[in-house]
Amino acid sequence: MTVRLLPCGRRGVLVETGDVLGYQAALAELAPDGVEELVPAARTLLVRFDPSVTDAGRLGAVLRAVSPVDSATADAGEVVLPVVYDGEDLAEVAAETGLSVDSVIARHSGGSYVSAFCGFAPGFAYLSGSDPVLHVARRSSPRTRIPPGSVAIAGEYSAVYPSASPGGWRLLGRTTVPVWDVERDPPNLLPPGTRVRFTAVPS
Amino acid sequence: MKLEVVRPGFATTVQDLGRPGHAALGVGRSGAADRSSFRLANRLVGNPSGAAALEVTLGGLVLRASAVTTVAVTGAACPLSKGGPNGPITLWPGEKLALGTAVSGLRCYVAVRGGIDVPPVLGSRATDTLGKLGPPPLAAGMLLPIGPAPQAFPVVDLAPRAALPASPVLRVTPGPRRDWFAAPDDLLSTVYTVSPDSDRVGIRFTGPPLSRARHDELPSEACVPGSLQVPPSGRPILFHADHPTTGGYPVLAVVEEEDLDLAAQLRPGQTVRFRRAS
Repeated sequence: MTVRLLPCGRRGVLVETGDVLGYQAALAELAPDGVEELVPAARTLLVRFDPSVTDAGRLGAVLRAVSPVDSATADAGEVVLPVVYDGEDLAEVAAETGLSVDSVIARHSGGSYVSAFCGFAPGFAYLSGSDPVLHVARRSSPRTRIPPGSVAIAGEYSAVYPSASPGGWRLLGRTTVPVWDVERDPPNLLPPGTRVRFTAVPS
Repeated sequence: MKLEVVRPGFATTVQDLGRPGHAALGVGRSGAADRSSFRLANRLVGNPSGAAALEVTLGGLVLRASAVTTVAVTGAACPLSKGGPNGPITLWPGEKLALGTAVSGLRCYVAVRGGIDVPPVLGSRATDTLGKLGPPPLAAGMLLPIGPAPQAFPVVDLAPRAALPASPVLRVTPGPRRDWFAAPDDLLSTVYTVSPDSDRVGIRFTGPPLSRARHDELPSEACVPGSLQVPPSGRPILFHADHPTTGGYPVLAVVEEEDLDLAAQLRPGQTVRFRRAS
């Protein structure tokens, strides 16, 4: 399998691969000298390295030679999140998808989702599996503050904002279930592999 | 030993060298935005370089010591009620230290001999303003616990530092999505202005928009500190200390890690240029 290596400052390489988790597992096992951290995302794996130990050239040769391993995700259980669907972008999403607001809600809450990876903010899980009709673009300019518990969509993913943060996703509603709690062990409610369902509840 | 926060100033947080290595959980590095000023402040009071200290944005902080203590203030140029910047200052019991408003630069660091001894979260005492980890920002009346004084004594009386440049230039290397832009080198020929809408998460710039060669959506990918992410508005955002671990807009270039300290001192309204790193 071919991978594409993209520069990411002097301490990082972004690896574009069709099998991020399999590639990550293989690289973690290989543990090349100087590699400090692996950060998976949708189509890429960030490899952060110590430039005093290795360099992009040497590491690149290693990264091109890695073969992904079979990464059957362990079942991390199911979480049901009650949602009040009163988000600011609901009408906009309805207009853009040609659906009524009620059918946007029905399609979003009717789906079954899986946590694919975490990122952006502590406990922010990218949930895959949404209805293709709901694959809408992010806002052209991100909001500077989105309240915690906001349930939002962008592209092929759904997510729950774990804490107040800026963000460019379209807001559909809110849940009161905390998805991140640093006093809890583990703090993250939706680690990769977790199955997730949303249910509509009245406000 | 405790330090009383008489006035918190415009925005003051506890910082250390952050919590690297948790990005896959969505936890960013955080920590002091201007790390060289932070380290110097600790060195001036005899602390280990990663002891927790205060990061004061724009000044205004007033502290009162309950016992004899040594502090040091580094970073932005800021009038002090006692002593001077970049050297140890002794506070007597009941004595106050007041920081005025910064006249050049944005962030001061106040290190206290013994370090700020708040409980660590995921291995760090830093306040991550995006991830909401670590202690809350300082508020009037708070009592900050100070750890035991280290065995080492301060060995430097004064560490003079160069003034911040009037026309800052940040060096960049290519980012992963440089090819998503119609004229990526426009970044290097544009004079940008720092937007007031900047914080520890990101420094926003105003200036002519960069135009994209590709308009499709980018699947989210991991970002490093210094990433210049460009949303569809075309104005770059420099990801700083509390930046999100992943982002969904293309990263055109990455500011050199060594220049992030300088970036941390940029004031809203100031102009800045980017230059290709050699």
